[in-house]
Amino acid sequence: MKRKLLVLVLAFFPVTGFSAGAGGAALDYVEVSLDDKVSLQNGAKLFVNYCLSCHSAKYMRYNRMAQDLEIPEALVKEQMILPGGKIGDTMNTTMSKEDAEEWFGVAPPDLTLIGKLYTPKWLYTYLRSFYRDESTASGWNNTVFPNVAMPHVMHELQGIQKANITTRVDEEGHAQQVIELEMVKAGSMSTEEFDRSMRDLTNFLYYMAEPARMVRIKYGVWTMSFLLVLGILAFLLKKEYWRDVH
Amino acid sequence: MSFMNWLDNRFPATKVTREHITEYYAPKNFNFWYFFGSLAMVVLALQIVTGVLLAMNYKPDAGLAFDSVEYIMRDVWGGWFVRYVHSTGASMFFVVIYLHMFRGLLYGSYRNPRELLWIFGVIIYLAMMATAFFGYLLPWGQMSFWGAQVIVNLFETLPFVGGVLSEWIRGDYVISDITLNRFYAFHYLLPFILVGLVFLHIVSLHKVGSNNPDGVEIKKGPKGNRWNEEAPKDGIPFHPYYTVKDLLGTVVFLAVFFGIVFFVPEMGGYFIERPNFEPANPLKTPEHIAPVWYFTPYYAILRAVPSFAGTQVWGVLAMFASIAVLFFLPWLDRSPVKSIRYKGPITKLALMVFVVVFIVLGWLGTQPPTTDLTIMAQFFTLVYLLFFLLFPCFSSGGEKLGIGGKLLLLVSVLLLLGTLFYWWFGWSGGPASSLKLVYTLLSVGVLLIFGVVPAYIRPDSVKPVPERVTS
Repeated sequence: MKRKLLVLVLAFFPVTGFSAGAGGAALDYVEVSLDDKVSLQNGAKLFVNYCLSCHSAKYMRYNRMAQDLEIPEALVKEQMILPGGKIGDTMNTTMSKEDAEEWFGVAPPDLTLIGKLYTPKWLYTYLRSFYRDESTASGWNNTVFPNVAMPHVMHELQGIQKANITTRVDEEGHAQQVIELEMVKAGSMSTEEFDRSMRDLTNFLYYMAEPARMVRIKYGVWTMSFLLVLGILAFLLKKEYWRDVH
Repeated sequence: MSFMNWLDNRFPATKVTREHITEYYAPKNFNFWYFFGSLAMVVLALQIVTGVLLAMNYKPDAGLAFDSVEYIMRDVWGGWFVRYVHSTGASMFFVVIYLHMFRGLLYGSYRNPRELLWIFGVIIYLAMMATAFFGYLLPWGQMSFWGAQVIVNLFETLPFVGGVLSEWIRGDYVISDITLNRFYAFHYLLPFILVGLVFLHIVSLHKVGSNNPDGVEIKKGPKGNRWNEEAPKDGIPFHPYYTVKDLLGTVVFLAVFFGIVFFVPEMGGYFIERPNFEPANPLKTPEHIAPVWYFTPYYAILRAVPSFAGTQVWGVLAMFASIAVLFFLPWLDRSPVKSIRYKGPITKLALMVFVVVFIVLGWLGTQPPTTDLTIMAQFFTLVYLLFFLLFPCFSSGGEKLGIGGKLLLLVSVLLLLGTLFYWWFGWSGGPASSLKLVYTLLSVGVLLIFGVVPAYIRPDSVKPVPERVTS
């Protein structure tokens, strides 16, 4: 049973849909690490099992993921790709856009770049902040992304939260809505387990948004070292040539 | 040497090399600020090379553009590196050019006989802005689309021709595939025009010779140095002295440049904006549209000026005026000296104020326009324009103000009164506030300190410039 305290400024409530969603809710810190291959692998598994049914990742190739995350290609083929698919395919969903629009009102967005559009903190908090809300079409709502069209896909893991909404006035006299989430039905995971899983998923989304990040920093260090040496040489050369200028 | 003889009889290879490199005599006292000209050429070269490589994989098609950029980022070998160099290069080009222009302001590099050199420079700056603007649409992300939308809509505010003109620019009623195609064509064309302009810039530089931090003409000084009896005594050959010095400058610059490319390519959303990772969607306006940082000072000016007589055109005019005014700088500066080193304290203060104004306007352009921030932007827009209008006053160096200067002072007074009565306290101003009062006092202070006092009380005297400065 975990309680969270989130403050939302009423005026900031964005409109329904997959857009916006800045809200104003306090975000929880999460540490992403591309060196943590176990976390990335678990994130990939969760992504394929829970997200990929509706969302595509149309710029991400299975074999690139296998290579970067050190998952054997055979395992990826067996566990993640639908029959008939190839290891070099991009991660597409089987759900058609037309069906999706009919079922959810909005087609679920492609998630390849979601880790660039939103910060890890935002994604991590969002994934853990769904609550039961009978007034919405899906029966779910989210404190970070109010009136989001997506239902809580992982409620069997997390459990079901409900919101206790109160209004309070802050020091400056603005009315603010305070939403407290309360777990009303436990899921198959404990809160700690679920938080760790969502950290892994966030980590994977962060990786997927820019796979080049895996090597970028490393090349950067080499480049800097090279430029340092070149800079010292250039400095000595300049000094030598300019000795006779007074 | 037979080959060189053969060549020189047909093409002035040796002559040009001597005149422009090995026997081009540059002042020996260049300082830190003199690195940015050569650095600008380095960035231009980087942009052209990476641009051509990107063009080999990019598709200028509204349906494919966004995908092709991601293809470059993921599937093209080294594509992410090429693209980050190009995106970082775009911003760093402006960083370098702003510092290069500031050097001109510091040492009066636009003064006689370098007026045309300065004008070529301002044209280069305009061509850069156009190139950057066309290029920013190409990734076809949300900011690309809506940023272009905002800028093209500026033309819509022009009376009578606005609608037709903006349609003509877009080639459509909205920003579309047609617009993307032509922007791509212009984005590919303009860099070559830039190269031509840089050529003119350098030809005129080598005609008049480089200025220097003392603003003293080395060509008018004594003649004869170690290399040549005719050459200025205070000149040293560009090669090898400035080639090795610029090499050092380039390496240091590249360390900063590649530091950004490898470690923070998005530069916290300033070089690549977050919403641009979502494909362009004409049906979904982003909550807050902000152009890239190098346009934000002018964007702040654009937004600051309210509509008047039923049209928004004034903001557009103010924005273009704030850039066009740079062309007149050589004739606005009346100081008997060139360099800031020998100018009076009021001029020094004015330049400091201008730097602050430019940075604050740049920041304001990235912020959503709240009431208070708009008033702030109006104040800083006013001071930006006053800096140029009052230039003849504060740069007079104790001399009497001419008729032109008096006219500009009058325009400044009218502009200030207009601001007060129209923007803040009068017809469209809304209620008076303490913020407005503070800005009013500051504006009047600016007018007095940089306009009235130097023009009529004339305390600002320049220091005597040594005939020849030996360093």
